[in-house]
Amino acid sequence: MDNFTPVSALLGGLMIGASAALFLVLNGRIAGISGILGGLLHPTRSEVGWRLAFLAGLFVAPLVYVAFGGVLPPVELDASLPLLIMAGLIVGFGTRLGAGCTSGHGVCGIGRGSPRSLVATGVFMATAVATVFVTRHLLGM
Amino acid sequence: MPLILSAFASGLLFGLGLIVSQMVNPAKVLGFLDIFGNWDPSLALVMGGAVVVSALGYWVAKRRGVPVLAPRLEIPTRRDLDPRLIGGAALFGIGWGLVGLCPGPALVGLTFGPSQVFAFVAAMIVGMAVFRLVPADWPQVTFRREATRVDG
Repeated sequence: MDNFTPVSALLGGLMIGASAALFLVLNGRIAGISGILGGLLHPTRSEVGWRLAFLAGLFVAPLVYVAFGGVLPPVELDASLPLLIMAGLIVGFGTRLGAGCTSGHGVCGIGRGSPRSLVATGVFMATAVATVFVTRHLLGM
Repeated sequence: MPLILSAFASGLLFGLGLIVSQMVNPAKVLGFLDIFGNWDPSLALVMGGAVVVSALGYWVAKRRGVPVLAPRLEIPTRRDLDPRLIGGAALFGIGWGLVGLCPGPALVGLTFGPSQVFAFVAAMIVGMAVFRLVPADWPQVTFRREATRVDG
């Protein structure tokens, strides 16, 4: 557990939670990233603006972080291109079919005590842990 | 316009949280999912902290009844478990576990991560588009009783 970073994890988590709280109290919406992005694929006129604005906020976050003197963490990806594409396809399809991802089900859904989100989070955590076990420890990827 | 600005601010804060917590780093996420290896519990604290504050926000939103800037709360009301929810979540977990990227960190990583993040995000959007082709009643549950049709 030498890689455990409790302080930054908790601080970042509180910020993510504050974002979800702000978005719900101000805009009345769930801050679910896959839903916000996926909704742009069948856009309604009144929703395009805030969806793009939320995504724009995500995109500029690294720039703002650096502007305030932060040092960006590394983005370490050692998966091959075919694996990345396969994972992307599965994540895109799965999050839409299951109506949420780590943010919508994990952060917002559990926060409001939704039984669907609790179950979904349990399921995707379990299959993710199983996948890592198979790829890392059985296949040695 | 205020609705757009608050959405931007929320997205920005969300992104900063993912950066501060290092969840933008797939290696960090995989370290959490690898409970049989050199386990890194950080993600649990990220989730825990986020859930507590988001629950507080839900409580405030419910008490107010109406959002500050929008006409009404758009909160999912379904409570039933169905094959789509379970199957979709199971698939998402597999994709997440394969490379350690989920939608939020992938989008934040677009602007400063390696170019592979682009490939993941492009494929993710294609996956979302493919989902649009799926009929609304798929997958069918065979033991479900046929609902009586009400016309007119």
